[in-house]
Amino acid sequence: MPETAAVIPGRFFMQGNEACAEGALAAGCRFFAGYPITPATEIAERMAQRLPDVEGVFIQMEDEISSMAAIIGAAWTGALSMTATSGPGISLMLENIGYAVGTETPCVVVDVQRGGPTTGIPAVPSQGDMVQVRRGSHGDYEAIAFAPCSAQEMFDLTVLAFNTAERLRTPVFIMADAAIGHMREPVVIPPETEIPRVHRTLPETGGDPFAIQGFLSEDVAPMPIFGNGFKSHVTGSCHDGYGMRNVVDATALDHFVRTLTNKITKHRDSLMHMESESTDDAEVLLLGYGLVGRAALAISRQARSEGLPVGCVRPITVWPFADAEIRALCGKARRVLVMENNLGQMLPYVQAALAGITTAEPLPPRILGSLHHPDHVLEAIREVLS
Amino acid sequence: MSTAVHPMAKYLRPGKELTTACPGCGDGQIAHSILRAIDQLELDIDDFVFVCGIGCAGWIPSPYFAADTLHTTHGRPIAFATGVVLAAPDRRVMVVSGDGDLTAIGGNHLIHAARRNLDMTVICVNNRIYGMTGGQVAPTTPQGVRTVTTPNGNPEGSFDLCKLAEAAGATYVARWTTAHLRQITRAVIQAMQHQGFSFIEILSQCPVQYGKLSREGGAVATLDHFRDNSVTLRRAENLTPEELEGRWLVGELVAPTSELVSPPTSEVADASTDDGGES
Repeated sequence: MPETAAVIPGRFFMQGNEACAEGALAAGCRFFAGYPITPATEIAERMAQRLPDVEGVFIQMEDEISSMAAIIGAAWTGALSMTATSGPGISLMLENIGYAVGTETPCVVVDVQRGGPTTGIPAVPSQGDMVQVRRGSHGDYEAIAFAPCSAQEMFDLTVLAFNTAERLRTPVFIMADAAIGHMREPVVIPPETEIPRVHRTLPETGGDPFAIQGFLSEDVAPMPIFGNGFKSHVTGSCHDGYGMRNVVDATALDHFVRTLTNKITKHRDSLMHMESESTDDAEVLLLGYGLVGRAALAISRQARSEGLPVGCVRPITVWPFADAEIRALCGKARRVLVMENNLGQMLPYVQAALAGITTAEPLPPRILGSLHHPDHVLEAIREVLS
Repeated sequence: MSTAVHPMAKYLRPGKELTTACPGCGDGQIAHSILRAIDQLELDIDDFVFVCGIGCAGWIPSPYFAADTLHTTHGRPIAFATGVVLAAPDRRVMVVSGDGDLTAIGGNHLIHAARRNLDMTVICVNNRIYGMTGGQVAPTTPQGVRTVTTPNGNPEGSFDLCKLAEAAGATYVARWTTAHLRQITRAVIQAMQHQGFSFIEILSQCPVQYGKLSREGGAVATLDHFRDNSVTLRRAENLTPEELEGRWLVGELVAPTSELVSPPTSEVADASTDDGGES
């Protein structure tokens, strides 16, 4: 199949970043704006090559701030849009990510995480931006993020991210890392007819444009995209259901913040994706997400084969946080070892979920930026069991 | 008894007739001049997307113009507009924002959009100060002028915004002042018909902040100052660099030759002599 179709079904040996780009195209993404950054650049390169063939637009912007701005602008014309970056780029995008949340703009932001803080090491994998994407933009808001563990999930979860963004009118993050981004693995791309696609709801055309309530509904307001005579007023300022600014009344701000937040929390159950194994009788549970979660699963199986009562929990949805699900799966374990390629970013959330039930402890890799060595994890497991 | 209706009222969002602009502000004059350009070309305002940033001038289209409007974060309207114009080339994209928004925090986006020659019209309302936040120095504040953050006078030089836009690649550049409302309308007409990146700088009075702090005076004093210190290209030809020092070169500074329209002689006189205003 020539690579001029939006969906190229088949089995490929593909890099995670390339699979992410293919997932975006398959989901209907037709606008990409980005700025070069290791280890995410291959996503931009693939989109630059592929988008013109599917009547899409690629633009390399002058920085990450403008990349985020451009995808929001494109989304308001009706396009499915995306950017991809790494930690330093996320730092620059955060203000406009908050704008996307506040204006209910569907878009996808891929974070191929690298070792930080600051410039750090660009090609070393890390999970150092987990809380940044959740809390980095100012003010109260809810984030949605998925953490892929393989090249295949880079494809699948990118499709899911677009569908989720369209359904809930909000930015959705893919939290990958340098290892998944650069790793090559088999990736199966299904035929176009088997790829689920969700589209944002639009107001009816031809009615009174000033009667359209295009914002602030917990059940997701129809999006008054540009070019339909909706006379849309899109503002990052506190606004009402009609998009009209109100910057004098604290009760308007309360409504603005709570409705946006409730829109996500109300739909949280439908956002939850999680993989778990052998949790019923496990005394020690390994909890990890992304590539670390995949390692946790492999080590948990190895431990089982050695007769150790170990199980694994791998949250695929990292935001909203799967507190109830983690409580249900981990409550019976004697100890939960939280494996992250950082010094414990999701750890406090796990500990809060399990407070008074069981104990969660951090288990970073011996060397940050490298994968957990099985011997190191098995040693920690035996220590708990002894 | 008939009710008088402003001829531009048809372009305003119902219920948004009252502005938050300070007394004497130039925003209303500029809003009027832009709408008159749209009206004269008989364009459908529903074909526009107005994009604006944070600051007083961002409130010219938002929420007053009854059209698709994207009121963005501070400094970024041109970056948002880039996404709009690339994803929907059939839209008429007009950015209206201030000098601080477009040339300080957003200066990078201005020069890159100009370099790309994107098909958009950027109207930069230059009041020479940060008005909304209370009169702080801007990259457009003349050297020596007192502001709340330069209490002993601005030690820095200021940008020539039109030269900046031209050097970056803008293919239509014009400068006028709020003492030249007909000329503003004419420039907006030219810019909207121009294929490519158009930049119009409009010097505008801010009596409440700039006029007070610089001791330039009220709105009328600034309008007089604009009128007395603006020099059209034609007049500038006969002046020495010393005579041009400290004065604003106004007119169409960059325009493709094919798009230059020679105005009738009476209007040339109107633009180049004392009366550039609405009168």
